[in-house]
Amino acid sequence: MYAVTSLLFLLVGFLLILVIRWQLAYPGEPLPFLGELFGVANAPGGIILPEFYNQLGAMHGTIMVFLGVVPLAVGAFGNYIVPLQIGAPDMAFPRLNLASYWFYLAGGIVMLVSFFVPGGAANNGWTSYAPLSDLAPGMGQTLWLGGMGLLIFSSLLGAVNFITTIIQLRAPGLTWFRLPFFVWSQFITSFLLLLAFPALQAAAILQAMDRLAGTSFFLPSGLAVAGQALNVAGAGNALLWQHLFWFLAHPEVYVLILPAMGIVAEIIANNTRKPLWGYRLMVYSVFVLGFLSFIVWAHHMFLTGMGTTISAFFQATTMIISIPSVVILSSLILSLYGGSIRFTSPMLFALAFLPMFGIGGLTGLPLGLATTDIPLHDTNYVVGHFHYLVAPGTIFALFAGIYYWFPRVTGRMMNDTLARIHFVGSLICMNVIFMPMFIQGLAGVNRRLWDGGASYEHAQGVLALNIPMSHAAFTLGFFQLFFIVNLFVSVKRGRKVDANPWQATTLEWSPAGAPLRAYRDPYEYSVPGALTDFTPQGEAKP
Amino acid sequence: MIVPYTTDVRPDTGLTNPKLGIWLFLASEVMLFGSLFSAYALLRSGDPAWPDQSTVVNVPLATLNTIVLISSSVTMVLAWASLTPALASRVTTGKAGAPATPLPLGRYRLFMGLTLLLGAVFLCIKAVEYSDKFSHGLLPSTNNFLGLYFTMTGLHALHVIGGMIVNAYLLGPGLKMWSSAPQRFANRVEVAGIYWHFVDVVWIFLFPVLYLL
Amino acid sequence: MLEWLGMPVAASAHAGQVDFIMVLVHWLMLVLFVGWSAFFFYVLVRFRRRANPVATHAGLQGSWSTWVEGGVLVAEVALLAFFSIPAWSARVDAFPAETQSTVVRVVAEQYAWNVHYPGADGRFGRTTLQLLGPDNPLGLDRADPTAKDDITTINQLYLPVDKPVIVHLSSKDMIHSFALPQMRVKQDVIPGIPQPVWFTPRQTGQWEIACSQLCGLGHYRMRGFYTIQTQAEYDAWLAEETALLATP
Repeated sequence: MYAVTSLLFLLVGFLLILVIRWQLAYPGEPLPFLGELFGVANAPGGIILPEFYNQLGAMHGTIMVFLGVVPLAVGAFGNYIVPLQIGAPDMAFPRLNLASYWFYLAGGIVMLVSFFVPGGAANNGWTSYAPLSDLAPGMGQTLWLGGMGLLIFSSLLGAVNFITTIIQLRAPGLTWFRLPFFVWSQFITSFLLLLAFPALQAAAILQAMDRLAGTSFFLPSGLAVAGQALNVAGAGNALLWQHLFWFLAHPEVYVLILPAMGIVAEIIANNTRKPLWGYRLMVYSVFVLGFLSFIVWAHHMFLTGMGTTISAFFQATTMIISIPSVVILSSLILSLYGGSIRFTSPMLFALAFLPMFGIGGLTGLPLGLATTDIPLHDTNYVVGHFHYLVAPGTIFALFAGIYYWFPRVTGRMMNDTLARIHFVGSLICMNVIFMPMFIQGLAGVNRRLWDGGASYEHAQGVLALNIPMSHAAFTLGFFQLFFIVNLFVSVKRGRKVDANPWQATTLEWSPAGAPLRAYRDPYEYSVPGALTDFTPQGEAKP
Repeated sequence: MIVPYTTDVRPDTGLTNPKLGIWLFLASEVMLFGSLFSAYALLRSGDPAWPDQSTVVNVPLATLNTIVLISSSVTMVLAWASLTPALASRVTTGKAGAPATPLPLGRYRLFMGLTLLLGAVFLCIKAVEYSDKFSHGLLPSTNNFLGLYFTMTGLHALHVIGGMIVNAYLLGPGLKMWSSAPQRFANRVEVAGIYWHFVDVVWIFLFPVLYLL
Repeated sequence: MLEWLGMPVAASAHAGQVDFIMVLVHWLMLVLFVGWSAFFFYVLVRFRRRANPVATHAGLQGSWSTWVEGGVLVAEVALLAFFSIPAWSARVDAFPAETQSTVVRVVAEQYAWNVHYPGADGRFGRTTLQLLGPDNPLGLDRADPTAKDDITTINQLYLPVDKPVIVHLSSKDMIHSFALPQMRVKQDVIPGIPQPVWFTPRQTGQWEIACSQLCGLGHYRMRGFYTIQTQAEYDAWLAEETALLATP
């Protein structure tokens, strides 16, 4: 349920960005075929208006992050795989789980409905910076806040459920350091959801008060909009929103990434036929990541007028947090050494995750140093950076996970040829879309511009890149058809397989009906002297 | 499908699922109210014209409310405590399954009823305070202090209402479980109590911050 | 490497320093990426199933990965301590004296940059919300004696070369961001929190002011111009504007 809904939302978010990519490649030219459908208020004659452009941008971010990737990575994979991997009969609170899903769906529907209210959806960026969002006319932003409220509540219920399940329902013998790395990543992710999301909940409540009850928490004194002095009490603080927002949104980044690392770790261990290199180190690193992610939020705010001391603190924490990420990435790469690598379709996506995530992580360095952030802040460089982490990073890992666990869910394999076409096409397109963003960003092209920066002199040299980038995005959409077709066809006609088609060791692949109990570490592949090259975690010692 | 440890304690963690769940939920609540308190600190420190709070709000009424809410916490504990001897006696007599004679519930009904009543009194006093503010033209939009006052006490009142709904359920339809699964019912009362104490603790922070400081 | 990065021309005194750090960071990134990739592809080929049918349970031995990770940490700490923090400190702490600088106010609004020069007396006139109007976007009170000689422009910022500039930024409505790409200057303009920013232009030329923070539907067209002139040209421009003030 989670998986299907979140895949649909991913598709919606992706379609929104295709409209944007058209506009960026051909600013002001009517969108072919579909343009007229958006209505006169949004796209008269198929030409995207700036208001509508901003709605698309804000909702693309919101939908992708909060309705697509997180529910798929945590809601779908977590819900399905975690109980199986720890040998639990179900989640600790099955009814809470259902409630969490309904809150998620309700939040998603509120977000989608907001496109159809007067004034359209929220159009203040996914970050919704006040005062812009505070003062935005129409109901779109209010619905955005309400939708976020529902989504946050859904996440909180989910997080409580995950943590309780992992602590309480581990099968006998499954001690903490025998947990598969995927379970660890979900465990830390849940803590981030649990403790970081309430900050945005509080911020949303305050902004709703500003919008509905006329308070001025985010409105300083002396504002004048469109030449008219604003009639509010004032004395608020516009940065308060940013602090509360980023206190959530930086841990949120790790919510997007940790489950992806978990999935990749599972698949690498399975397809190299050897244990993960530095499993314990990885677990410690994921702990450190989780903890540090709470004290780096202000590196999104270097240019809000930060003094030397505070900026030094946040630069330092930002550099420190890169270390556990480097450790995990290195461990995953070093795990390949000495393996007997099988290039199965999930493995291809998992392998591609490593360098893609590497590019995303490395380009974080110049953004994390305040001085080099000056020219790069709010340019396409930032857009390229986080898209490398989330799109060919996390989303590739999610594809890998779908291909890997599909037989566990349906008892059938997905088609390998279609998967390989999907992989090669996606990998090339993703890089053609996002790599030029670094070039544009270094040239100083800002993000969130309706015309993609066409009016700026300094953008002229790199503007033409938008055309191949956009065509790559459309082509990326085409290659996703291979995935969608594969998914539907394989459910009915995929090759039937037994309970453990990948010859994996972790408990979710135990034969049906076997008593669940763990006897050893999670990744006992190629144990010297063993009969097979895998020794399942749940197999009793002879 | 039976989920283990919903009623019994898992030996190596020493917890039941609901108890761990409620503590985790409260951790996130701490972050929610913590964020609002930080917002309060930031806004107040940045505003030289912050009003003298105690002259705006009604301190005696709030003091009374503090006493009401603390008392309701005490009655909540007593309600839970009234269940445990019956359980203990059942354990010592060693009867398995549902008890032959119904376990006494008089004291539980009394104290749970009192808890509900005190919650209602708290909300009534709150309503008096609010309407008094409104009648003097003091609205959330008047200044950021009043804005935060209404936001934070309002959110707290919603938590009180939520707690009362749970308590009412445990006094009414939820009471059926006492005859079928007494230990599970007592656990539910305990969990509801933990939440109720948290609501109380939030008020104990709100009271000095919004009324006295 | 600087030319590969394709950044705009570096036309201020500190731009070289920013670019130098940028180049250093990108070298570090390049070395790490090439190193990792080389190892990655070597391993993929060397340990493919056909070349290595039986995996080794123990995996990689030795501690050189720790050394690499330690090396990354050292490089990052060095970048931070020796380059980024001192450079940042120079931007935000070491402001030049106002008497030795060109001082100007820039007030951002949806979707324009209002520029306010103090005039010959070096003092900015009083501004007030009540006087805001289509002809007076700053709300400048011309009755105030210090305002008599103040010069205002919209979207046009003129500055002399080789002399420090202090820009006092403020916003009338939303959060904007004042970016001068060729000066390596960018500063969020936050309503209610005035911010100064300083730099020393080293090249003459005309470039664009870009808004770098989403500020509404017209964000994409919130574009201004700034012109760095020789002192003589700048003085001539000032004199011309002052003369215009006298003729109503």
